[in-house]
Amino acid sequence: MIFDIVAAVFIVAGLVFFALGVLGVLRFPDFFSRMHAAGKCDALAAILIILGFMVYVLKDFSGPSLLVALKIFFIAIFIFVASPTATHALVKTALLLGAKPWSRQEWLERRRQK
Amino acid sequence: MTAKIATFLVMLAFWVVLSGKLDAFHLTLGVLSSLLIAWFSSDLLFFGGDRRSWVRGTIGLALYLPWLLWEILLATLHVAWVAIHPRMYEVIDPQIIRFKTRLKRPISKVALAQSITLTPGTITVDIDEDEFTVFALTNSAAEGCPGSLEPRVAKALEFD
Repeated sequence: MIFDIVAAVFIVAGLVFFALGVLGVLRFPDFFSRMHAAGKCDALAAILIILGFMVYVLKDFSGPSLLVALKIFFIAIFIFVASPTATHALVKTALLLGAKPWSRQEWLERRRQK
Repeated sequence: MTAKIATFLVMLAFWVVLSGKLDAFHLTLGVLSSLLIAWFSSDLLFFGGDRRSWVRGTIGLALYLPWLLWEILLATLHVAWVAIHPRMYEVIDPQIIRFKTRLKRPISKVALAQSITLTPGTITVDIDEDEFTVFALTNSAAEGCPGSLEPRVAKALEFD
């Protein structure tokens, strides 16, 4: 019972962070700030959900369930390494190709002209 | 030789965890393939450095990662707050900042770059020798970079 509750808390927390990340992707003004929401809220959310899965699998503790938990943990490590690498590669490429980040100064000037 | 043996042990442990079968047939297959990998590509897993620095680095990382997870949680809450902020355009101020690091080892530079990218609000764009280029989402994220990350990484991975 207590394992179920802990697992549910982790998974719900992960889903909340995913939802906030989606909200960020929809609301932020340009590619770069969207990368912040997409690339990083996701990493934490995915890791929280995976932790929830691990707790749920370990509910009936045994050799095989420990192995499954370890396999799930490997996925978490992979996300931990792959997610920032992908984010970094996308942002660097966009800057190299000359995409201009949304600038607060320009936005303030545009608003003044209206 | 030490690198080959260490690679073999790591690969065998990985095989056992992934296969989950402990009978003679599957274990023999695992030993054979681990031996092959250790023979051909041990220098891919354990490159450079002596045994002591590997042990110290592993312990340092094990102590560093829980703290990093906590930082990621705090920083994600910050970005989430910005994402749901009603007047978001007045909060965000995307900017590119540059700073010099005093980290020497390539592995600790990579660790710092990945940590900066993992903490929301900042993305590492480039590392050139000892100069980091970082893209920050808000003023406070830009000011807090590298902040306490750099001494922590130095403590975990920078020695000898």
